[in-house]
Amino acid sequence: MSSLPIAGTRAAPKTVIPGFGITFGLTLAWLGLIVLIPLAGLFLKTFELTFEQFIGIVTSARVLNALKISFGIALAAAAINLVFGFFVVWALTRYEFPGRRLFDAIVDIPFALPTAVAGIALTTLYAPNGWIGSLLEPLGIKVAYTPLGILIALVFIGLPFVVRTVQPVLIDLESELEEAASSLGANRWQVIIKVVIPTLLPSLLTGFALAFARAVGEYGSVIFIAGNLPNISEIAPLLIIIRLEEFRYADATAIAVVMLLASFVLLFAINGLQRWSESRSAAF
Amino acid sequence: MNIDVQSVTKNFGSFKALNDVSLKIQSGELLALLGPSGSGKTTLLRIIAGLEWPDSGAVRFDGQDALSLSVKERDVGFVFQHYALFRHMNVFDNIAFGLRVRPRRERKPESFIKNKVEQLLELVQIGSLADRYPSQLSGGQRQRVALARALAIEPRVLLLDEPFGALDAKVRKDLRRWLRNLHNELHVTSILVTHDQEEALEVSDRVVVMGNGKIEQVGSPSEVYDNPASAFVHDFIGESVALPIKVDGSLVRIGGRNIGLDTQGVAQGDARLFVRPHDIEIGQLGDNALEGEVLAVRRFGPTHRVDVSVPIDGGKATIEAAVPAGHEPKIGERVGLIPERYRVFAA
Repeated sequence: MSSLPIAGTRAAPKTVIPGFGITFGLTLAWLGLIVLIPLAGLFLKTFELTFEQFIGIVTSARVLNALKISFGIALAAAAINLVFGFFVVWALTRYEFPGRRLFDAIVDIPFALPTAVAGIALTTLYAPNGWIGSLLEPLGIKVAYTPLGILIALVFIGLPFVVRTVQPVLIDLESELEEAASSLGANRWQVIIKVVIPTLLPSLLTGFALAFARAVGEYGSVIFIAGNLPNISEIAPLLIIIRLEEFRYADATAIAVVMLLASFVLLFAINGLQRWSESRSAAF
Repeated sequence: MNIDVQSVTKNFGSFKALNDVSLKIQSGELLALLGPSGSGKTTLLRIIAGLEWPDSGAVRFDGQDALSLSVKERDVGFVFQHYALFRHMNVFDNIAFGLRVRPRRERKPESFIKNKVEQLLELVQIGSLADRYPSQLSGGQRQRVALARALAIEPRVLLLDEPFGALDAKVRKDLRRWLRNLHNELHVTSILVTHDQEEALEVSDRVVVMGNGKIEQVGSPSEVYDNPASAFVHDFIGESVALPIKVDGSLVRIGGRNIGLDTQGVAQGDARLFVRPHDIEIGQLGDNALEGEVLAVRRFGPTHRVDVSVPIDGGKATIEAAVPAGHEPKIGERVGLIPERYRVFAA
């Protein structure tokens, strides 16, 4: 029995969704051009150093301190944004109040504002003679030109990431879940802690990761408020700039490589956590 | 627990969801609230649960005012149409939830909770699924978990809001029989909201038919089916043929012709005649028969369905009658239709 010839005997598509070839090709080309080639250049430049030189640079006290400040404060800022971002989301989605839309729009300002402007504004406010700084001064709290200033700048730029990732998920959260929990005898607090937050956990983690990633790479707003004292309030991105200005390009890329790897490991871990919580709470 | 709903009214904006509804629910019965969507049945259930508050009226649990209690204080087990399972918890933790959120001094030890949950898992026949997450269960299994979760707190009343509405027909049938058996075992006062009359008639002890925010009829499933109290109930429950008629003294007129039917005490004027298709006999033309022309004959299980066109005031109506196989008329034939059982309601 002979089979009927099928027109066009090229490999039959295995899926009905068209365009795999072109989209996959474009994705690879784009990713390569925009992300991978510059990063490869980073590594290539770093390879001008011997291994001992590399270790020497990245373990020098100033670099280690800068990395500690960058990652430590970025994590702290992301954690603060996680908590307060959740409160903001809760207020914006759960309550009707005058000016709600306005507040909702204000959340996006850190997205749009040039970071240098944000840095200068925050510095002016928190400087010892600024509106807020002058109130804190008598209490012995110094914000501008200290690590605390860096924290405030990073909290400022990270907030919308948490709000904008969690908000749509909270809006879509079925009220039935909360009703079920309260009909089972849970009080309001238990409903939030045991039902709402665990259900939102994947999006909270995404918001945290985004706010963290943004904060690690932040430069513009921080350098104005930080004071930039080596070992105390100098962030790693600034140190990279300083090395570049000294024409020590390989030193700069060495710091960048360490930042890149550390960020990658941290984001990968957060991503894993997120996938774990998502797999458990997959929507029906 | 006896539940007494007293002239409850609830508006959503200008929409009257419940209009002066009163209802007594007896301890241990399984009551179905049946009605089309928008009839107010779910609103009534949610008011009993404490998820919604009425604009006026009272709800009493065993004589006590229930409206002063919040949903968490009312001891109600609520089962939602879309299960509302906690997706980040496995089946065991879902069922244990109500026991674990009790205030510390009332909370039972974890060993007691474990026993209780295992009993419930057996009761709802999903003992092997304790470690699964809701996303790994079928719809029917999810609803069993939801029911076990609601029963875990030993509620005074079990409220089920379209519990089988999201399931496919076969599972729905199995589950409602199983629910009925479960109720026979537990005797917990239960209220089931449904728009599926088959479900309501099969499962419940009493049926409350609701329409447009009002209770149309309360009765046993056979009372509601055999003696509908209103045109709405006749139309909503079972298959119905409705014809516009005129009542003239003691005469019934259809399409200008007097038919020998009883007016059933309906006053002079426009009225409607309701008949079930299987209560219409096809026979000879005569004084007590409607006259019509056969349009179509269809095989429908053991019977034939015959479409007959009958002249009514200002036009024609198509009446569907059920005829045993072998007695079906021919298309185009003029036949008499004799309603054996019928109801007349004022229009």
